[in-house]
Amino acid sequence: MREKALPVLAVLGIIVVIWYAAAVWMNSTWVYDQAERAGTTVSFAEMVPQTMAQERPLLPPPHQVAAELWKGVAGQAVTSKRSLVYHGFVTFRGTMMGFALGIVFGVAMAVSIVRFRVMEMSVMPWAIISQTIPIVALAPMILTVANQLGIDSREVPKAIISAYLSFFPVLVSMVKGLRSPDAMQLDLLKTYNASEGETFWKLRLPASMPYFFASLKVAVAAALIGTIVGELPTGAIEGLGARMLIGSQFGEPLIMWAALFAAAILAGLLILVVGAVEQMARRRMGVPA
Amino acid sequence: MTWLGGAILFWMAAWAVNAAVARSAFGKGRAGRLFVPVLFGITVLVLWEGVVRGFGVQPVILPAPSLIGVKIAGSLEVLWADFMQTVVKGALSGFVMGVGAAFATAIAIDRVPFLQRGLLPIGNFVAALPIVGLAPILVMWFGFDWQSKAAVVVVMVFFPVLVNLVAGLQASERMQRDLMATWGASYWQTLLKLRLPAAMPFFFNGLKIASTLALIGAIVAEFFGSPIYGMGFRISTEVGRLGLDMVWATIAVAALAGSMLYGAITLIEKWVTFWHPSQRH
Repeated sequence: MREKALPVLAVLGIIVVIWYAAAVWMNSTWVYDQAERAGTTVSFAEMVPQTMAQERPLLPPPHQVAAELWKGVAGQAVTSKRSLVYHGFVTFRGTMMGFALGIVFGVAMAVSIVRFRVMEMSVMPWAIISQTIPIVALAPMILTVANQLGIDSREVPKAIISAYLSFFPVLVSMVKGLRSPDAMQLDLLKTYNASEGETFWKLRLPASMPYFFASLKVAVAAALIGTIVGELPTGAIEGLGARMLIGSQFGEPLIMWAALFAAAILAGLLILVVGAVEQMARRRMGVPA
Repeated sequence: MTWLGGAILFWMAAWAVNAAVARSAFGKGRAGRLFVPVLFGITVLVLWEGVVRGFGVQPVILPAPSLIGVKIAGSLEVLWADFMQTVVKGALSGFVMGVGAAFATAIAIDRVPFLQRGLLPIGNFVAALPIVGLAPILVMWFGFDWQSKAAVVVVMVFFPVLVNLVAGLQASERMQRDLMATWGASYWQTLLKLRLPAAMPFFFNGLKIASTLALIGAIVAEFFGSPIYGMGFRISTEVGRLGLDMVWATIAVAALAGSMLYGAITLIEKWVTFWHPSQRH
């Protein structure tokens, strides 16, 4: 554990140092401008502390972001519109909807692709092409169309976008997983006179589980990205993406950075939880960890 | 109703043809592999057209493909200007810079295993983050023109490429490195002749991930401010005016650009990593 943690901490330390240096450098312009306007001069030693505590810094130093993040998480009631927990939960809900939708869609497609050769030949190339289309291009339109169709909820377009991004890793892994039983195992089931359904439920599906869980980590990260992208241009008022948009429109960089880090923390938590579920499933299925 | 019925009839006929082709010897060949997905794509377009006309769907909800085609043909100039601004200036320049920076970083830390061990988990984590969120910040820093879009793309492509290349540089086998050592190869010779070529399959994997991210980054960044052209700008303004045919035309261009970028990378990959088992037939 220590051998692993030390290098990571060292690299994190380097990043923080670079960040502080960049913050001093980028925020110094404002300090010098202020001093010039006031007709005074500032020395380097006077300038540095002033770059650390601006209200609208070009690049907020880490401790300011941390303070804003803490204020957003612990300093508000959880139901407050200014609470990052609240906005994080909205984003989390969207992510889970998209994630679930993506899993269902991805698994269903994988099953039919493995079962029917014609499905594989006609759908698989388009599934790959679908991922080269920048989905964000569709985001504003999905919202408008949903509105026209009388769906007022902003959850639906968000979930569609995040499902679009998260189905692909599941599809690819499941196709691989469902095909992973080798000829010997398939032959054995044939000697048992197993039907196609039995082969599927008792051999192919269990065999695909490790692939399935491995793809979930990628899929959940993709679903979160999809949700946030879905919140950015769609004029959403709730969610971490909307917080970033608000910070950008009102020129409040601290809000933007805090939302960004809240999103990063959410991503980390999601990946951890999915990893834990994967571990649990592996242990239950008797795969040595 | 004739439109709808005709479309469904075409769908069933095309499906039957595809199913037959998939089972026949023709389907195993190269032409068959191309024929089936193309026919499937055409079927989707025909169904789309049939449904839109059959049910009389409003163009503000879903324009018919024929309408979108007319729009594309009629506004080639605008689409080309948007393409140059977003794809060439924003995405491609950012892609080249980001990949270059990742490449340089990977080589620079190659000699320090300590940094690599620290950077890999962090890079993996950052690659999973919603970095698109940086777009508004970078637009604030670099202004509205293509420079800010390129900056977003640089940040987005940097980590996937870096992580893949660092992993790839460790992919050569012990035996192969020992062989280089017995030949008295220097560090740089080993790097150039063994480890970099061995890293190429990983590197191209990173490039493929990065190519889709690059377009996403360039388009999203335009939602936060842009000059009066560019694909992201076009989409957000035309959606506001309910000009969905123009939105779909832009999406078609984006899809084409994305597929072309991906295809170009695949071609170069085939040429560079011809020795890899996945490329041999």
